[in-house]
Amino acid sequence: MEKAKLMEDLKQQIIAQLNLKDLTPESIANEQPLFVEGLGLDSIDALELIVLLQQEYKIKLSNAEDGPKVFKSVSTMADYIIQHQTENA
Amino acid sequence: MADHKKISAYSIVRNNTVSKNGALIFEYEKDAGANDFLLAAYRQFAINYPKFYKMDNLCKLGIIAAEVLLKDQTFESNDPYATGIVLSNANSSLDTDIKYYDTVANIASPALFVYTLPNIVIGEISIKFSFKGENAFFIFDSFNADFTTHYVNNLFDTTGIHRCICGWVDLPGNDYEAILFLIEKKETLNEQEAFTKENLNNIYYTSNGKS
Repeated sequence: MEKAKLMEDLKQQIIAQLNLKDLTPESIANEQPLFVEGLGLDSIDALELIVLLQQEYKIKLSNAEDGPKVFKSVSTMADYIIQHQTENA
Repeated sequence: MADHKKISAYSIVRNNTVSKNGALIFEYEKDAGANDFLLAAYRQFAINYPKFYKMDNLCKLGIIAAEVLLKDQTFESNDPYATGIVLSNANSSLDTDIKYYDTVANIASPALFVYTLPNIVIGEISIKFSFKGENAFFIFDSFNADFTTHYVNNLFDTTGIHRCICGWVDLPGNDYEAILFLIEKKETLNEQEAFTKENLNNIYYTSNGKS
């Protein structure tokens, strides 16, 4: 899947999954940090993002230590999904 | 008379209306469900607290009632430990328990799981207003003014709180109800403002159409 389209989908899915009703996909920058100083997500939101990967992309985060790297931004999430899909193609 | 306590303010949220100290301040479409009403009230009072959207309806109800209760209230001390919270209801967190249970068949929702305890509403109010005082949540069949006055008086006597938010926050589906009282250690010459079970019951059962 093209990365730009994937990032657009991810932004919509993140808003829906985390109930971020004040935000629009356009208001989330591709490289914007998702946690703390960025979108201000918390540890429960991190669990929801893991659920999102599992539900929408059938990807299980095998190593919890990868979390901070994978969920750094929408762009890094998209990279992780593309890498996973390529490896399993 | 230094240990007198006063009902400084009260807020009531029920039947798609919000009132403070007996005055109606917001009314929404009668047929609207709890979801729509709570969101409309959040916008009406310009609460501007994005975490509100993530909360379950019981917490949203508590936040709106607390926001209305505390608006324009000034305190002599900003000590976070000076404010206690004592709440109760009849349906615990059942509304969210059921929603959470429905997700378990697929992938259990962490965001719902964290709201499967009724005292989380106290936590959300405490976070929003930076309160760190003593708190407790109790389950009763109905609003229990006798127990509430007894327990809150005990908190005043045995802990360092100077004020206490107490009351009832219940949300069985769309049949929600919140009534919060702000109790302060202050003298009052008005008998109707005194922190007594009779006054709590009088407000609860006669305000805003409840009888």
